[in-house]
Amino acid sequence: MRDRVEDAFHVGQLAVGYGRRTIIRDLSLPTLVPGEVTALVGPNGAGKSTLLRAMAGLIRSTGSLRLGAQDLRKLSLSEHASRVTYMPQTLPQRVALTAIETVIAALKASPAGGRAGAGSQIHAVACATLSRLGIEHLAMEALDQLSGGQRQMVSLAQALVREPQVLLLDEPTSALDLRYQHLVMKLVRDLARERGIVAVVVLHDLNLAAGWADRIAMLSRGELAAFGTPAEAINAAHLAAVYGVSARVEQCSRGSLQVMVDGPA
Amino acid sequence: MSDTTLTATSLLPGYRKLVRTRILILIALAVGVLAAFLLDLMVGPSSLSPADALRGIFQPDTLSPPVRVIIWNVRLPYALMALLVGSSLSLAGAEMQTILNNPLASPFTLGLSGAASLGAAMAIVLGIGIPGVSQNWVISANAFAFCFASAILLQALTKLRGTGPETLVLFGIALVFTFHALVSLIQFVASEEALQQLVFWSMGSLARANWPKLGILALIVFCVTPFSFASSWKMTALRLGEDRARSFGVNVPRLRFLSLLRISLLAATTVAFTGTIAFVGLVGPHIARLLLGEDHRFFLPGSALAGALVMSLASVASKSILPGVLIPVGIVTSLIGVPAFLALILTKRERG
Repeated sequence: MRDRVEDAFHVGQLAVGYGRRTIIRDLSLPTLVPGEVTALVGPNGAGKSTLLRAMAGLIRSTGSLRLGAQDLRKLSLSEHASRVTYMPQTLPQRVALTAIETVIAALKASPAGGRAGAGSQIHAVACATLSRLGIEHLAMEALDQLSGGQRQMVSLAQALVREPQVLLLDEPTSALDLRYQHLVMKLVRDLARERGIVAVVVLHDLNLAAGWADRIAMLSRGELAAFGTPAEAINAAHLAAVYGVSARVEQCSRGSLQVMVDGPA
Repeated sequence: MSDTTLTATSLLPGYRKLVRTRILILIALAVGVLAAFLLDLMVGPSSLSPADALRGIFQPDTLSPPVRVIIWNVRLPYALMALLVGSSLSLAGAEMQTILNNPLASPFTLGLSGAASLGAAMAIVLGIGIPGVSQNWVISANAFAFCFASAILLQALTKLRGTGPETLVLFGIALVFTFHALVSLIQFVASEEALQQLVFWSMGSLARANWPKLGILALIVFCVTPFSFASSWKMTALRLGEDRARSFGVNVPRLRFLSLLRISLLAATTVAFTGTIAFVGLVGPHIARLLLGEDHRFFLPGSALAGALVMSLASVASKSILPGVLIPVGIVTSLIGVPAFLALILTKRERG
C-alpha cells in the first residue's frame, strides 16, 4: 500500500475552456487519497469527462495538478500517462486486432514507467490482467467480434494493465449488464485498496456510485456542487439543485443508500 | 493470485501460436515475392528459363552476351523497380490508412500524386526545372520537389488548425483539386508533343527504371523502413483511437507528423521515377490486414511484402497481356487491382 500523503492526488483551481467557451471554472477537489474510489457524478454537460481528460493531461488546462510532491504539469505526456491512466468512454471500432493484442499494445506503446520489460513478461502481465477481469476467454477473440460490454471490459484491461497510481475511468459501466456493472466496481475498489490506487470513476447510476464509491464528487455546470461520502453528497436538496429532479434518498434495511427518483422537479 | 497466474500461463501458448502463425505468413509472403520476382525476370519478348534467370543473376559470365544484356539492362532493373515501388507505395499506404484512420486512404489521398504531376508538367511543358539539375533528371526532380513540398504545406496548414485526420483530409482534398486544375491549365497551353509526353508520364510505368534511379529508391526505402517499423507499437495503439493512444502516453501529433514525413518521402521518390501507379498503395495494406491483422509489427512489413508481390505480378501481366507490347504498369494495377479489391471486400463482408 502506497503512502497516503505521499501519493495523494491534488486538483486545485483547475480551469478548462475550448476556445472562448469555459467548461470548468476554478475547480478544486479535496485531496484524493490512495486506496479510495471517488465517483464523479453530475448531469450531462456538467464537465465530468472534461475534468477527467484535464486530470489525465490530454487537454490544456490551468491550475495545479499534483501527485504527491510531483507537479504533473512538469512531466511529458508519456511520463504523465505512466502515472495517471485514463480510460476513454469511446470504444475502438473496425479494428483488426485481438483483445490480447490491444492490451499488449497498451503496455508497449509508451516506454515510460519502466514497462519495457522482456516480451514474455509483458505477455504474462497482459494475460494476468485479462484473468483478473474474468475475460481470459476473450483473449484471442477479434475485437470487432465482441459485444459492446465485452469491448468495454477489454478497454478496462488496457487501462489496468498499465498499473497506474491514478486510475481515471470515464463511464466504465455504461455498456455493461447488471452483474458486470457491480463486478467492475468491486474490482476497481479492490484494486484501489490492494495497490493504493487513486481511482476516479465517472458514473451515471447514483445507486451504483453510492454502493461502491468512498467519495462522491457532484459536478454542476463545471463547478463542484457537492463532495463527501455518499451520505453527505447525495441528498434530496443536491439532487433537486443539480439534476432538477425530486427524489428521495433512503437507507434500505441493510444500511445502503438508495436513490428513488419521483420525477422531474 | 496463484489461480490467476495459472490461467495466465495457460493463455500464453495461444498468443505465442498467433505470433508464430503471423511470422509464417510473412515468410510465405516473402517466398511469394521471390517467386514473382523470378517470374518477372523470365517473362518478356524473349522468355528465359528459370535456370537462365538465376544464372543471369549469380553467374552472368556463363551466359551469352545478348541474354546477359537482356537480364542486366532490362529485366533486372524493371523487376527490382517493381519490388521497390510496390513495397514503397504499399508501406506508405499502410501508414496513411492508420494515421488517417481510413481504410480507403492511399499514399496519394492527400494530393501527393497531384503535386508530383504538377511538377512533372512544369518540367515537360513549360521547361521549368530546379536549376543545376541535369536534363535527364529534371522531370523526376521536379515531381519529387513538388510532392514533398505539398506534404510540408499540408503539415504547415494542419499546424494552424490542429492535426486531426479530418483536417488533414479536408486540406488534402483541397490540394487534390488545386493541383488537378493547375495541371489541366498547363495541359491546355501545352504543345501536342509535350501533352503526349505528359499523359504518358502520368500513366505510371516501370520502363523508366535504370540503375541510378533504383539505387536512390532503394536507399530511401531502406532508410525509411526502420523508422516505420520502430513506430509499430505506437501505430497499433493509434488504431484504438486517438484519445486512447494519447492515454497510453503516445504523442499523436508527433507520430502523425513523422509518419506523414515518411509517407511523403516514399511516395515522392516513387512517383518521381515511375509516375502515378494507383491501387498498390490501397490493395497492399488490405491484403496484409486480412492475412495478419493490425498489429503493426506484422502489418507494416506484411503491407510492404504484399505490395511488392502485387507489383511484381502486375509487371508480369503488363508484359504478357499483349505480346510484344509493354503496357504501362499503372494501367494494369488499376485494371487488375479493382476486381481483386472488390473480391477482397466482398469476401470480408460475407464473413463479417
